[in-house]
Amino acid sequence: MARILAKSELAPKIHEIVVEAPRIARKALPGHFVVVMPDEHGERIPLTIADFDRHQGTITLVMMVVGASTLKLSRLEVGQSFYALIGPLGKPSEVEAAGTVVMVAGGVGAAPVYPIARAFYELGDRVITIQGARSRELLFWTDRLAAVSHRHIITTDDGSFGRKGLVTDPLREVLEEDRDKAIGCVYAIGPAVMMKFCARTTEPFGVKTVVSLNSIMVDGTGMCGGCRVDVGGQTLFTCVDGPEFDGHRVDWDLLISRQNIYHEQEACSLEKYLQQFQGEHAT
Amino acid sequence: MKEADQPQGKKKKKVIKHRVAMPEQDPEVRIRNFDEVPLGYTPEQAQAEARRCLQCKKPKCIDGCPVAVDIPGFVDLVAEGKFVEAARRIKQTNCLPAICGRVCPQETQCEAQCILGKKHDPAAIGRLERFAADYEREQGLVELPPKAPPTGKKVAVVGSGPAGLTVAGDLILLGHDVTIFEAFHKPGGVLMYGIPEFRLPKRIVEEEVDYLRRLGVRIELNQVIGKSITLDELFDEEGFDAVFIGVGAGLPRFMNVPGENLGGVYSASEYLTRANLMKAFAFPDYDTPIVCGRHVCVIGGGNVAMDAARTARRLGAEEVTILYRRSRQEMPARAEEIHHAEEEGIVFRLLCSPIEYTGDERGMVRQVRCQQMELGPPDESGRRRPVPIPGATFTLDTDLVIVAIGSGANPLLTQQAPGIKLNRWGYIAADQRGRTSRRAVWAGGDIVTGSATVILAMGAGKTAARDIHHYLSNPDAPWVEEPSAQEVASSET
Ligand SMILES: Cc1cc2nc3c(=O)[nH]c(=O)nc-3n(C[C@H](O)[C@H](O)[C@H](O)COP(=O)(O)OP(=O)(O)OC[C@H]3O[C@@H](n4cnc5c(N)ncnc54)[C@H](O)[C@@H]3O)c2cc1C
Ligand code: FES
Repeated sequence: MARILAKSELAPKIHEIVVEAPRIARKALPGHFVVVMPDEHGERIPLTIADFDRHQGTITLVMMVVGASTLKLSRLEVGQSFYALIGPLGKPSEVEAAGTVVMVAGGVGAAPVYPIARAFYELGDRVITIQGARSRELLFWTDRLAAVSHRHIITTDDGSFGRKGLVTDPLREVLEEDRDKAIGCVYAIGPAVMMKFCARTTEPFGVKTVVSLNSIMVDGTGMCGGCRVDVGGQTLFTCVDGPEFDGHRVDWDLLISRQNIYHEQEACSLEKYLQQFQGEHAT
Repeated sequence: MKEADQPQGKKKKKVIKHRVAMPEQDPEVRIRNFDEVPLGYTPEQAQAEARRCLQCKKPKCIDGCPVAVDIPGFVDLVAEGKFVEAARRIKQTNCLPAICGRVCPQETQCEAQCILGKKHDPAAIGRLERFAADYEREQGLVELPPKAPPTGKKVAVVGSGPAGLTVAGDLILLGHDVTIFEAFHKPGGVLMYGIPEFRLPKRIVEEEVDYLRRLGVRIELNQVIGKSITLDELFDEEGFDAVFIGVGAGLPRFMNVPGENLGGVYSASEYLTRANLMKAFAFPDYDTPIVCGRHVCVIGGGNVAMDAARTARRLGAEEVTILYRRSRQEMPARAEEIHHAEEEGIVFRLLCSPIEYTGDERGMVRQVRCQQMELGPPDESGRRRPVPIPGATFTLDTDLVIVAIGSGANPLLTQQAPGIKLNRWGYIAADQRGRTSRRAVWAGGDIVTGSATVILAMGAGKTAARDIHHYLSNPDAPWVEEPSAQEVASSET
């Protein structure tokens, strides 16, 4: 179990991995996540389930290489297994008919957005997807998202593909155009800063905005409190109370500062790993 | 002299006042490593200590032991040099002696009852237990006991802490097919992720688990019951006939004071999990990082607080301060742990409690403001309640805070198991036999009692195992016991 069946590099440093995990696939719903350890020395990394196939008994994960553990994860080959794979964890997305939904996906956030968008699409809602990336080469799954969206807007920071600019620009326009208030809810998933500004953008319109928080975790089962966040003045645990929360009530500065607690150590462990890796491959 | 005080045998035994000292790592050395602090007795030391035992005719020590180990019996075997036999004698009632010998609070259990202890040092029962178990294991003389023929019944054990391990160990010998489901990637519960290496080497826990595996217990790691598999599915899809829940008290408590979410403020369970289970002390060889503070504050006065403080010391802290809101007498930590912490230079600030944390521009904790307390009248626990002294506060500089004020019941499993009644604190309600309100489901350990001890969790496991076996032999008997006439009478008055 937890054997890698397929993998591919979707964009520089962004990998898609299909894993054999029948028990998890059987229970997985949009919004759920798993905790993964590449090897015995690795960290416990939370990753949102980007897709699942109950018949094949597989789940799909999309991850971006940011540190030693994610780098190790990306280097596992087809046929190898994760050291540990735990899930499905967290509360699933509340997918209820909302009329029109706007799905905002920033960067690697395109992956967790996909199953949620698909669920709304299959429910018969009108789905408007806004997908953003820094540049063209970092865009992925545009076809998949297009297939579950009635309207699909792409932005890049540098204008190398789609509209030039940030996702918040089309988001504001879509909300302004929505005079008959058909938009029941907005989902924003991506880097914390992007989610923060999406929530700021939607707030004046009073549209419910759901975000999926990427806190640092250890167990993922509510046992350590490392993933705590402040939502509306209340301390909650991302892993069991979330990962989805009301974006208008999240204390973003706290989330961002807690994501950076180990900034220096992460750089150090990545460097050590790279040196070791190069050492091994130089010989 | 009462009869129980009378030593056995014809001639009166010469009383040796002081116990044989246990060799320990020097504090200056051990604060730089994670190796075990007490080094254990040599065979000669163990025999000398065992000979101090008065071999009372009516031994009180056994009453002090939650699982009623035959203490005089095994101590006598140690005195005679029959170390392996001694270990086997203990194992008749306690399947984890190497662990209990290290972490049980003997000073409030068996050793508190020891007659020698009235005037002198009580017999060092815990150290002898540890010695016997270590001897058997290190000499490679651990034998697999005979198993009853297969019964064809399947038992699921949820959680691999001491409660779950005990249930599994007892039921596998009775011929049942036992599978342990554990949420973490390593089995052992708090023994693995909570209690640090320098107090309980993980190798010992691993060997105990390995022993169960050799007996035929299956262990499925990375399975969160309630998430990966629900309780219903254990019965309906996985075909289990009985389920034991021993998931521990895995919900960290915080104080809800301002600034508690700053970086560098940990729950004890996160701090210890990072350090022990994820081996952050060996960072970057292991990938999991941990904040290594220079001025560390630990909030609380229990074993967990001592473990956190001593771990922080070993991770390079210059100064570690324990902030406890009551006085020394009320501190729940074991005397030995407090003593070891003091030897390692941990500072105790009693009668104070944090009221606010402040941080720097990066959101990392930098200071803690504390309220000074005094002791008021006793509270419901019988301990004198700490009350704030108006206007008396002080501030300490700190860059790492560990909140060790206890834990509660984690609702992850019970939320998915509506048939199981909880008490008003969210723990599972279980009867004397460990039965829950749901048929064929037992619970025991910290998830029933709240945070307690290894030996009590094991005791609960033993009781439940006996009843599970009984139930599996007569599955049609009523699940809930008829209240006895006596109980009915007393509830009427
Ligand atoms: C730091 C620390 C130091 C301590 N020191 C001492 C000491 O010196 N002496 C002493 O006697 N006691 C000590 N204790 C207390 C003692 O460890 C506990 O009382 C004992 O471990 C409780 O055992 P348990 O089997 O009930 O649960 P635990 O040991 O907590 O084990 C529960 C297991 O269940 C798993 N689990 C939880 N939820 C699920 C789920 N949904 N599905 C599957 N698995 C799940 C957990 O991951 C865990 O492995 C200490 C506790 C701590 C935290
Ligand atoms: S990750 Fe430990 S409580 Fe959420």
